[in-house]
Amino acid sequence: MTMSFNGKPSRRAFLKGAVAAGGTVAGASVAKAAGDPLITEVQEWASATGEGVDATPYGLPIEFESDVVRRNVEWLTADTISSINFTPIHALDGTITPQGCAFERHHSGAIELRKEDYRLMINGLVDTPLVFTYEDLERFPRENHVYFCECAANTGMEWAGAQLNGAQFTHGMIHNMEYSGVSLRTLLEEAGLDAAGDLKDKWVYVEGADASSNGRSIPMEKALDDVLVAFKANGEALRKEHGYPVRLVVPGWEGNMWVKWLRRIEVTNQAIESREETSKYTDTLEDGTSRKWTWVMDAKSVVTSPSPQSPIKHGPGPLVVTGLAWSGRGSITGVDVSLDGGITWQEARLGAPGTDKALTRFYLDINWNGEEMFLQSRARDSSGYVQPTKAELREVRGLNSIYHNNCIQTWWVKANGEAENVEVS
Amino acid sequence: MSKFLNLIAGTALASTLIAAPALAEKYGLGRPATPDEVAAWDLDVAPDGTGLPVGSGDVFTGEEVFAEHCAICHGDFAEGVDNWPKLAGGMDTLDHEDPLKTVGSYWPYLSTTWDYVNRSMPFGAAQTLSPDDVYAIVAYILYSNDLVDDEFVLSNENFLEVELPNAGGFIIDDRDTAEAHFWKAEPCMSNCKDKVEITMRAAVLDVTPEEEGAEEAAAPAEEAAAPVEEAAAPAEEAPVEETVVAMVIDEELAKKGEKVFKKCKACHQVGDGAQNKTGPVLNGIVGASVGAVEGFKYSKAMKELGETGATWTPEEMAAFLTKPKAYLKKTKMSFAGLKKEKDIAAVTEYLKTFQN
Repeated sequence: MTMSFNGKPSRRAFLKGAVAAGGTVAGASVAKAAGDPLITEVQEWASATGEGVDATPYGLPIEFESDVVRRNVEWLTADTISSINFTPIHALDGTITPQGCAFERHHSGAIELRKEDYRLMINGLVDTPLVFTYEDLERFPRENHVYFCECAANTGMEWAGAQLNGAQFTHGMIHNMEYSGVSLRTLLEEAGLDAAGDLKDKWVYVEGADASSNGRSIPMEKALDDVLVAFKANGEALRKEHGYPVRLVVPGWEGNMWVKWLRRIEVTNQAIESREETSKYTDTLEDGTSRKWTWVMDAKSVVTSPSPQSPIKHGPGPLVVTGLAWSGRGSITGVDVSLDGGITWQEARLGAPGTDKALTRFYLDINWNGEEMFLQSRARDSSGYVQPTKAELREVRGLNSIYHNNCIQTWWVKANGEAENVEVS
Repeated sequence: MSKFLNLIAGTALASTLIAAPALAEKYGLGRPATPDEVAAWDLDVAPDGTGLPVGSGDVFTGEEVFAEHCAICHGDFAEGVDNWPKLAGGMDTLDHEDPLKTVGSYWPYLSTTWDYVNRSMPFGAAQTLSPDDVYAIVAYILYSNDLVDDEFVLSNENFLEVELPNAGGFIIDDRDTAEAHFWKAEPCMSNCKDKVEITMRAAVLDVTPEEEGAEEAAAPAEEAAAPVEEAAAPAEEAPVEETVVAMVIDEELAKKGEKVFKKCKACHQVGDGAQNKTGPVLNGIVGASVGAVEGFKYSKAMKELGETGATWTPEEMAAFLTKPKAYLKKTKMSFAGLKKEKDIAAVTEYLKTFQN
């Protein structure tokens, strides 16, 4: 293109170029050149213009991705108002979960609570019971951390046997976001903890503002350690379904404790033993006794692709096996993958070094021979814990546990590339 | 003190964590909570009775209050409707396959029941019960579990005397010891087992929901056809029904219906400013096309019924309300049904008073 003296393309050159481009459109349609028409023919999007910058003030994924959505399992609960849906982990990559498809769990539905109407109370064994507005919270020193949030019931439907055909359904009660907020320790110290005396046997009881009034007791040690009172996720305000405007983040511990629409923090001298920490979120063993206070989420991993919802469509040859690993006890130090149902294992490549209580992406790049595989993954964490098999778990916990199923998952990948959720010997 | 706390307390981490909060910097943010504010929100009740208000309730009152507020989901005898929780039964099933976990068979503390009913129930109308009603409901739940006789009165005074059967059935998280073998120095990498055989397949059960993507692809054709049918149906029937409805309203019957409607209120709204909740707005429902309330996400079954041109005539309403699941097997409405014909007539009359 000829340049004018001031360095800008001359108007004449610009017009000449436009004519030349028009000529190509006509030529291509007449000649029918050999090759991929997506390349040899000028496509509409390469010729006409797209949407302007005023078309989408806040964007959603393009329509072609409309199958990458949260899904629920209708038979699981009596009513969708008190239910759960699942993150489409089979279709995501990297580690950060977009808010719009991050799983939801409500006990009385997702409420709409304006920032202006938001109040947070700290009471109980504190020097001065306090009330904060949303604006108050924004004035405390802020922290940013990436953590996974996993429902204790994730994979729970698989305790008694292989049930659901898809990583989204077997492992999708999890998301991983970057949270911005204030440490709970900062707020507790603002109210003053002298009145609580010896903190070692004290608790905080945290409670939501919705009708379920979901409340959980957290030992003071954890409360003063890494718990966050968060108001942003992945850089923007929390979504309604994740507790807008303020939720609790309890790193590494079961999702039910991550109280949404957080309205009250009470310092107590005992666990309240609320419904969600007695009748629910407790693990019944084979002999009928039940474990309680099983807060920490054990190390776990799953191959997200290939998987039943993400079959191999390209036939034999180079294949990316990928998945997610995480641990509530620290960081992921390694992930092993087996193609033969656990007879032999090879170490997968981590997308990035594991970080504390956050999702880690792993890859195993193989040359698939087109034969059936029994794909498994096994996570290892910084505490030395190795993800157990389903048989190993059942040996200790029996079949009635429901929660905290962190067993090794098996996908039976068939020669045609389709995959199915199976249990193997 | 819990084992967890013992463990943590022994580490250096814990000693830093719990060190000298007195030195902590204060920012002077927030304001003191008033005693009334604390009283309004601090409702939780602990196992030792902390937080229980003064009050009492007997089994007979409890049966009535339960029938009015709870039985819709939990059944008249706390036996549970559909997928809603069963509150009674299941004694000695905890070591069986699929144990039945109820207040009687599983819950360790009565305080939990009182606290949950008081703060979180009834579903859709939480925090509307008086303390005496809550005592009565809890007394009735105990009675339903054969734990007290029908003369029993529960109050803040005798509350701690009630011990639930499974109080001793819980142990504190012992994974660190019971599952110590999951911490392995060198996990097996090769020849880890002799052979691999499939022992169970998810495809056999076939309980996985279908992908919406596939359904949506087919949907536009159906949707395109639907408006035609809808347009045809109201023209033939609806206007006639509506005129009839508007003309005769039995005020006395409608008044009785208002009471019956309490059972519906958890999910349905009527009147000015009514919004779709768990169930659709019911303004103008008598005589309206089935499955046609704007913005409500109906079950597939209800939508399909609507597409046939069906109308909520008083007769159809009566058939539906007698036993919703029998009328339309896959309806979302989890309500068990109104047993008395006169209740159905009354609530229908009451609904007639709300027109669009």
